Amino acid sequence: MADTALTSRPRSPLSRAADRLAAATRDSGGMIRLAELPFLTQLDVRLDAKGAAAGAVGLALGLQLPLEPDTVVRAGELTALWLGPDEWLLVGPPGGERELESRIREAAGEEPVSVTDVSAQRTTVLVAGGGARDLLAHGCSLDLHPRAFGSGRCAQTTLGRTQVVLVAREEPSAGFWVLVRSSFAAYLADWLLDAATEYL
Amino acid sequence: MLLIPCPWCGPRDEAEFHYGGQAHVAYPETPSALTDEEWARYLFFRDNTKGPFAERWSHAAGCRRWFNAVRDTSTNEILSVYRSGEDRPATPAPTPAPPARPAFEGEAVRAAGEPASAGPGSGVEGAESRQDGTARGGEGETTQPFRHPTRGRIDRDTLLTFTFDGTQYQGHRGDTLASALLANGVIHAGTSIKLGRPRGIFSAGVEEPNAVIQIEEPFPEPMLPATTVELYDGLVATSLPGQGRLATAPDPARYDAVHAHCDLLVVGAGPAGLAAAAAAANSGARVILADDQPELGGSLLGTAEHLDWVGETADLLDAAPEVRVLRRTTVFGYYDDNHLLAVERRTNHLGGAAPANVSRERVWRIRARRVVLATGAHERSLAFADNDRPGVMLASSARTHVNRHGALPGRHAVVLTTNDSAYAAALDLASAGLAVTAIVDTRPEPGEWAERATAAGIEVLAGHAVTGTEGGARLTAVTVAPYGESAGQREFAADLLLVSGGWNPVAHLFSQSGGTLRHDGTLGSFVPDTGRQAVEVVGSASGVLDPAAVLAQGAAAGARAIEAEGYTPEQPRLPAVAAQPRPAPAMHVYVVPGESDAPRFVDLQRDVTVADLARATGAGLRSVEHTKRYTTAGTANDQGKTSGVLASGAVAELLGVDVSALGTTTFRPPYTPVSFAALAGRDRGLLSDPVRTTALHEWHVGHGALFENVGQWKRPWYYPRGGEDMEAAVLRECAATREGVGFMDASTLGKIDVQGPDAAAFLDLLYTNMMSTLKVGMIRYGVMCRPDGMVFDDGTVIRVDRDRFLVTTTTGNAAAVLDWMEEWLQTEWPELKVHCTSVTEQWATVALVGPRSREVIGSLAPGLAVANEDFPFMAWRETTVAAIEARVCRISFSGELAYEINVSPWEALTLWEAVYEAGAPYGITPYGTETMHVLRAEKGYPIIGQDTDGTVTPQDLGMGWAVSKKKPDFIGKRSFARADTVRPDRKHLVGLLPEDPAAFLPEGTHLVAGGELPAPPVPMLGHVTSSYRSAALGRTFALALVKGGRDRIGERLYAPVGDRLVPVTVASPVLYDPEGARRDG
Repeated sequence: MADTALTSRPRSPLSRAADRLAAATRDSGGMIRLAELPFLTQLDVRLDAKGAAAGAVGLALGLQLPLEPDTVVRAGELTALWLGPDEWLLVGPPGGERELESRIREAAGEEPVSVTDVSAQRTTVLVAGGGARDLLAHGCSLDLHPRAFGSGRCAQTTLGRTQVVLVAREEPSAGFWVLVRSSFAAYLADWLLDAATEYL
Repeated sequence: MLLIPCPWCGPRDEAEFHYGGQAHVAYPETPSALTDEEWARYLFFRDNTKGPFAERWSHAAGCRRWFNAVRDTSTNEILSVYRSGEDRPATPAPTPAPPARPAFEGEAVRAAGEPASAGPGSGVEGAESRQDGTARGGEGETTQPFRHPTRGRIDRDTLLTFTFDGTQYQGHRGDTLASALLANGVIHAGTSIKLGRPRGIFSAGVEEPNAVIQIEEPFPEPMLPATTVELYDGLVATSLPGQGRLATAPDPARYDAVHAHCDLLVVGAGPAGLAAAAAAANSGARVILADDQPELGGSLLGTAEHLDWVGETADLLDAAPEVRVLRRTTVFGYYDDNHLLAVERRTNHLGGAAPANVSRERVWRIRARRVVLATGAHERSLAFADNDRPGVMLASSARTHVNRHGALPGRHAVVLTTNDSAYAAALDLASAGLAVTAIVDTRPEPGEWAERATAAGIEVLAGHAVTGTEGGARLTAVTVAPYGESAGQREFAADLLLVSGGWNPVAHLFSQSGGTLRHDGTLGSFVPDTGRQAVEVVGSASGVLDPAAVLAQGAAAGARAIEAEGYTPEQPRLPAVAAQPRPAPAMHVYVVPGESDAPRFVDLQRDVTVADLARATGAGLRSVEHTKRYTTAGTANDQGKTSGVLASGAVAELLGVDVSALGTTTFRPPYTPVSFAALAGRDRGLLSDPVRTTALHEWHVGHGALFENVGQWKRPWYYPRGGEDMEAAVLRECAATREGVGFMDASTLGKIDVQGPDAAAFLDLLYTNMMSTLKVGMIRYGVMCRPDGMVFDDGTVIRVDRDRFLVTTTTGNAAAVLDWMEEWLQTEWPELKVHCTSVTEQWATVALVGPRSREVIGSLAPGLAVANEDFPFMAWRETTVAAIEARVCRISFSGELAYEINVSPWEALTLWEAVYEAGAPYGITPYGTETMHVLRAEKGYPIIGQDTDGTVTPQDLGMGWAVSKKKPDFIGKRSFARADTVRPDRKHLVGLLPEDPAAFLPEGTHLVAGGELPAPPVPMLGHVTSSYRSAALGRTFALALVKGGRDRIGERLYAPVGDRLVPVTVASPVLYDPEGARRDG
């Protein structure tokens, strides 16, 4: 194997699949776009949605943490995903985890909040293009019709044989984010590329 | 698959949930105050209710919330869900069973059919019937002697060449293999399984019992009905004596699956199904129409009626934006919550020309709000003497072969019927040029249809039946006599005998959905009665045969279904149906009376006759389920589609009861056979199960590691060098690590971040030992038990901060431990302010192990004071290692001086390579899980799940020191005082040293007391749980669970290995460095 590929740093979970994802994107003629969005900031935030911290953290982040299950709220480059009644995933551009974490902790003050940096726990795969919904439907039992899973929706569910967090992006044509545990990322990439064969 | 409504996320597939047993079984407030019996009742006893039952579920693959559900254990219906901590709501009444089809105005159950143009018209070209049942292939259509010149929907411009039983023939696109054979004059298409009798093509669809063939080319596939195989160029098939052969090479084709959701699923695109779909088409509702044929139309394709309307409706549906039409798609299973499975045959019909990137078959997993079943009816046969000769065919099927495929099943036909429907078929066939010599009707007064046939010049023999047939490879003659009499016989020369014993609604899917069937006296068969799900049955599947009624019923059902979902239906255009002759009631005949000794077959595919059924009833069997199992009737590949009701009727006659009292056998999925390849879909080969890898995986691969599967993880097992076997490699890795320095990838260990003001209190409840006294900056080993006191997991706990801990778990248990934590937090201790988050992949971990490890870490971490007094055992430090931010822990799983370096997985490879380089002067050696196991076993450290099996307490493992005596309670504490857990003869973990230091004990070997085996039963003292060769000890050794083992140290026991009893000495489990001198380097 090429030493350069091994020593380049930092390395994302799908760095070695990037070429294959790009080739599938190219060969599908716009039907399917697959790409890793590596190194995004991801913070798991736990707090009492009815407590004082919720408002204070929301103010500090410039967005209201979503209270409706399986929805997202976006503000600027920051996206807040509902993961549970007291759990959210904040997603932002790479490198922002420290600043974001201290902003939340400062806003919460003495109120109990848990903030955990999970930026490397999962990586993000962009699945877009005219065939994105059909591609995901090969392995996702959720109803992905725009009426049921349009912009503003997210879900923790199963894709193929691995758990994922699925996010519908703002513009319907912008497709989906698929957040997957890093150790399952190579499997998911293989699965997506296999499922995409028919669209190439 | 059940749809379970998560109180947070809404309805999700059952597969996303974990079951958690009975709800509202609270953890006792003071377990220590309970008697052993009371505690055992809490631990082991649960209700076993039939009916509504409150139970706990976790949305494990979703929001990870625990909640409660009331489920009816007899129907699996979820009656209500409520959040954890809420009281059980009043049990709602179960949903009443809806009728399969609501009361329908003006509905009349009448015989089907339409007047056909009278009399034989067009001639048939080609040669005379070949009585040997074969024809030889050649050039062009002229070599298809039984091809009708004009009829059929085949593409006459496309000539396809195929081979059957070694002979080459030609057919057309649009043929099935069966119709192409018929067009070539071949009707003999198989040999019966038990009796070896010649069998012919019997039907034109999935119900085919006889013509079950083996495809040889392009890819071997066994047991396909020739009536369902679309013809393609280059097809090579052979007839089968009963059973086929699987391919020996892996199937090169792709298979996949799709999940689909709709407001309305219509199954079947015959007149009723098309009308239902058309009513819903442009309403905005999401509609799926699935049909097993390549083109829409259903029975209309066979009768060639209303084809303009079929085409117009197909265009309408194809153009409607929210309608998905699935052709060549068989809905084969109907499961809970309107979940239906279908298989779409996408490229089979293209043969060798199928594109490689398109899946050959696709499984559709359809979740439908409403279902309309328009699955049609199968014509029923009759049990008369020698009713199995090639040339005996269902009447409607012959009509289908002529009208759909332009294939003539014969030239001279006799018809045997008990009802009106065969008349329409006979008249149509006559108009196609087939000579219909006679219609034999069992009814004494057949009515207006018979008059029409007579007017067309066909002799009608009322009150007659067929009493025998003649012929070999093809039928030559039919014997007819007045019904029930032997006198007055007449013989007709015929190469075709068309049979109609009435119609069986295809109620398979309805029955699978939980619906019940009832006997319909008019139809003489079983029809859908009450349903359990949101489903309606329409058309002949519901027992309605009148064409106008079928159309209106379908349209009404489609409209009702989408109205219920909030959409406004349209009134679809339905074709005008010409006036029908007045129907005459059918006669219900199953076994045709006669004196002949010849076999009267009920199940052609299983060679089951009326005589076989008589033996079953003679043996005292009184139920069709029993006669089915006794005779195998209905158990073949066709699952008794033509024989089921016939068998019920025959058994009823034999028992002298009414068939309505006897019922039918149970219908179970799949409706038609589905290949395993299709069901497996994409989940095969590399994708059959996810492979989890660490950030260092490619390095391991590049350095020749062999891998061990640990759960879904691939972990390096050992790194053989230059032809080493496993034994040599592991001895080398062990020696290098104990004498110098080794390193391994420990990233797979589960890691959970535990945060909150109550984190310490929570961990005190979870672990057997005390965690709240741990100081920030320090690490403690801990054991977790189940409430029954048995070890569940172990690992280290790092105190990151006052309110924050990092817990590690075993590799295989990471998810289970997190679920366990959530379960207690959410369901028992919701007042605790603590949150748990998985960070397994947030960190990569490199274990640096051995006496020289301090030098290696020291050279890489200049800012780290590495001296033992600065950085003691079980402490952790934040620093930079190889210029990478790291958390370094002094933890040892080998007894050696060791460091665990935790970094971001994005930097893991850089760190790993830096460690490799820095360690090179000390001969640093990468090692895998096998060496890790040897090193830990030499120190007597157990592996949970290898040395334990869910029946082992910490005390059994010799780890009483890890069980707190000070804490008032923790999970498992009460159980340590149970009589059973304090028995002196419990199995203890001990070491074993074979007396021959080279003797190796396989894991699992039993241990016995004496040097000679007594007569069985031999008292077993325990078994070997781990066994290795030790470089450090220079010998083999093992760990074992042995009854009262700690009291036996020094004793000799025997291990039966093969034929030998190997003498072993019981020892302390700590065999290496028992004084712990090596830990600090």
